Amino acid sequence: MPTIYARGQKGRKALALPNLSRKEEELLQKIPEGMRRKESPRLPEVSQPELIRHYTHLSCLNYGVDTGFYPLGSCTMKYNPKLHEDLAWLPGFTGLHPLLSEEEIQGALAVLWELSEYLKGIAGMPGITLQPAAGAHGELTGMFLIKRYFEDRGELPRREKILLPDSAHGTNPASAAMAGFRVVSIPSDRRGMVDLDALKRNLDETVAGIMLTVPNTLGIFEEDILEITKLVHEAGGLCYFDGANLNAFLGRARPGDMGADIFHFNLHKTFSTPHGGGGPGAGPLAVSEPLVPYLPVPEIVKDGEKFRLNYDKPKSIGRVHPYFGNFLVMVKALAYILTLGDEGMREVSAAAVLAANYLRVRLKGTYKLPYDRLCKHEFVLSGEGLGEGIRTLDIAKRLIDYGFHPPTIYFPLIVREALMIEPTETEPKEVLDTFCEAMLKIAEEARTNPALLKEAPHNAPVRRLDEARAVRQPILREPFPGN
Amino acid sequence: MNPYIPHTRRDIEEMLSAVGLPDVEALFSDIPEEVRRRFQPLGLPPRDEIWVHRYITGLSQRSTGTKLIPFLGAGLYDHYVPPVVGHVLSRSEFYTAYTPYQPEISQGTLTWMFEYQTMVCELTGMEVANASMYDGATALAEAVYMARRTVGGKAVLVPKSLNPNVREVLATYVWAAGLELVDVPYDEQGQLTLSEIPEDTCALIVQEPNFFGVVEDLSSLKERLGKAFLIVYVNPIALGVLEPPGKFGADVVVGEGQVLGLPLSFGGPLLGIFATKMEYLRRMPGRVSGRTVDAEGKEGYVMAFQTREQHIRREEATSNICTNSALCALAATVYLAALGPEGLKRIALLSMERAHDLAERIFSLPGFRPAFSGPFLYEFAVSFSEAERAVRKLREAGIAVAGPALLEKCGVKNAFLVAVTEKRTPEELDLFVRSLSSLAGKE
Ligand SMILES: Cc1ncc(COP(=O)(O)O)c(C=O)c1O
Repeated sequence: MPTIYARGQKGRKALALPNLSRKEEELLQKIPEGMRRKESPRLPEVSQPELIRHYTHLSCLNYGVDTGFYPLGSCTMKYNPKLHEDLAWLPGFTGLHPLLSEEEIQGALAVLWELSEYLKGIAGMPGITLQPAAGAHGELTGMFLIKRYFEDRGELPRREKILLPDSAHGTNPASAAMAGFRVVSIPSDRRGMVDLDALKRNLDETVAGIMLTVPNTLGIFEEDILEITKLVHEAGGLCYFDGANLNAFLGRARPGDMGADIFHFNLHKTFSTPHGGGGPGAGPLAVSEPLVPYLPVPEIVKDGEKFRLNYDKPKSIGRVHPYFGNFLVMVKALAYILTLGDEGMREVSAAAVLAANYLRVRLKGTYKLPYDRLCKHEFVLSGEGLGEGIRTLDIAKRLIDYGFHPPTIYFPLIVREALMIEPTETEPKEVLDTFCEAMLKIAEEARTNPALLKEAPHNAPVRRLDEARAVRQPILREPFPGN
Repeated sequence: MNPYIPHTRRDIEEMLSAVGLPDVEALFSDIPEEVRRRFQPLGLPPRDEIWVHRYITGLSQRSTGTKLIPFLGAGLYDHYVPPVVGHVLSRSEFYTAYTPYQPEISQGTLTWMFEYQTMVCELTGMEVANASMYDGATALAEAVYMARRTVGGKAVLVPKSLNPNVREVLATYVWAAGLELVDVPYDEQGQLTLSEIPEDTCALIVQEPNFFGVVEDLSSLKERLGKAFLIVYVNPIALGVLEPPGKFGADVVVGEGQVLGLPLSFGGPLLGIFATKMEYLRRMPGRVSGRTVDAEGKEGYVMAFQTREQHIRREEATSNICTNSALCALAATVYLAALGPEGLKRIALLSMERAHDLAERIFSLPGFRPAFSGPFLYEFAVSFSEAERAVRKLREAGIAVAGPALLEKCGVKNAFLVAVTEKRTPEELDLFVRSLSSLAGKE
């Protein structure tokens, strides 16, 4: 792929900018010699048509939810309503500076306050912060809250470990470790759920908490959830719920009723805000009563008809975002909640879970299903045993030839050759059926013509890429001649 | 059905019968009955699209602040965002995709990531850049964590001239890691004065230009720090005219990328810039795109060095970051490509020209003095005995600046902060000066 650097010519411009009225030299003199830039940065020099064609061309090499079915497990790649994009770009939102006075930002504070109220209601929990910029940032904030809570109670450094089921998303252990906790892995049992005996063995006075994904990353609801949270609470620990999978029970159950102390939302999953090619998202965090005093400042308060910012929270962990979090993402999530209402939210979980179970039963005869039971919004197959030398990677790449984005692969780690499939609620049944047919066909090809899989993809913009080479011979920026 | 679910009654029946369940409720039998029973709805009816459009538009119009002329910067700046940026961002092949886990159908994302990394390296003078962090403040906090992993130490030296909002985020992370913030004072020029460097120093942070808008002298800092990290927090537009921190031996350069083609957006989403030396590549947080070839030898891009990341390395990862600020980094890429080297410099100089025009006029009014004598680009602090009153006067005229409360957090009394971008007009400058002139001489 030629980069933008391969286009244009020296001296070309894409924008008509104002002229200076003073001499450039005179202005540059204001900067001390030693700090004045000597060499221009090597940036592209392109005309506007070249610029637009380049990025339009690049966009055509991409696959998004608007392109087709994107069953990337754990990521909830649902349709992103267009209304929300327009609303987020309203000048009353984009043009607003966060450091203006309270009086001048009432509309934005209304958005934050309303969204906060709805999210608290959805979680069934009394406290919230909207500051975390993504799910993992919410996790880290949650770990900071746990730390502050035990610090305040004088239980540090004793409470130094966080329990993590071995099915947890990679961000969970990474967040716990980043906050300075020791991560202790809890095995899953044959049902794909937390092994209660193993959990009990690890519950002692050094436990700060547990991080649970609900439903877990196998797409299975922890049937012992109430028992688990009760045991952890009895041991004096706190229960963190990773809510990235809320699509599975939206409008039907609340983490607050399951014993959660901290729960993060992924607005860029459950609440339909787009993933942006990797971000930005938003990871609001709801908390139980005992943790409310420790939430980040400022807190948004409603006083009659006015909104106000409260910084007077002496036990707060402080800020985790320089302003209020990813505001424009929140605008989209609020629009989504308002459009759906209670009934629409119930429909989301029903349709998402039904679609996942439908795919599960249609594929399980052909593919191994290590945990064969009712699933929630997703399920995990294994690519093992399809044919001599066939790996899950090959199946994924072959799906590209059939016009689909592959599922999440090699995660969760507890399933060998995992294929994690999450259809979401926004796919027509015809699409689900075509996907099944492609999966079944690929299983057949694995026996009859394995080279088709091994050499896939055949009709993507590029053939299979050499990932090892990018590490062996790293080229991580344009190597300009003479560099 | 809500408008985003395509299932018909018949589809639902067919799928239920394939699954062998009588009804939709049966799909949720694994959630403890007690939990389901306790559920309470929000009491929200579904709304039509016109209603939602009107309602949210109404909220957007309730903030009077957008009507003010923004001479308010203090970390986020009202630069011109060329329409080319929005048009590229609105290609839904970009914005409805996710992290490029499947490179063969993500070459669009991976290619612009590579371009972005190149541009960030060029601006900062560093060898390697990641594909974005959430914002400048968390990028800075992550740089400090990386310094601790690399060189150890406990003391994080932070000038009082660091943006106070950024400092507050940093303080949270520093507390959690058991590190310690050590204040570095500034002189009457507004520049940091580094006297002694504690034994257990992990890193020194320098904001360039600093919160007061003053240009810091980066020379000889790294020599004095030894192995402790020099972390420079930059405004990337200023790098159009300032020597890149890489030239001064910076170990990590981070910064707030909002100025590169993103609107103010009430402070989010933002763009965290992160660049470092090649020797620290394996300690760096975040995603990186690398050039490689496909099975037929054709050039292409993949995510490289993923073994640093949480999805592979879990608790041993260099960071927990997963979702980042990709689309904002795309905005920055398009913005910088549209400007080119001359355009970037022009934006910085135009802002400087207007800022210096305004500063000269304000400081010719009796009673108004520069808070600091050091060199500045396009933001400066104004001292005035009744700073609050001056700010109120400006508000009445429809002008927003950063008020005294923010500067007080940095130990500056009776002053306000003025930022000027290329968007400000001569008429707006006139209005600014006129509004203050009635107060002139009040000492
Ligand atoms: C189960 C789970 N937890 C946490 C995360 C982290 O969220 P984010 O990528 O927004 O940081 C993800 C997604 O990536 C996830 O799927």
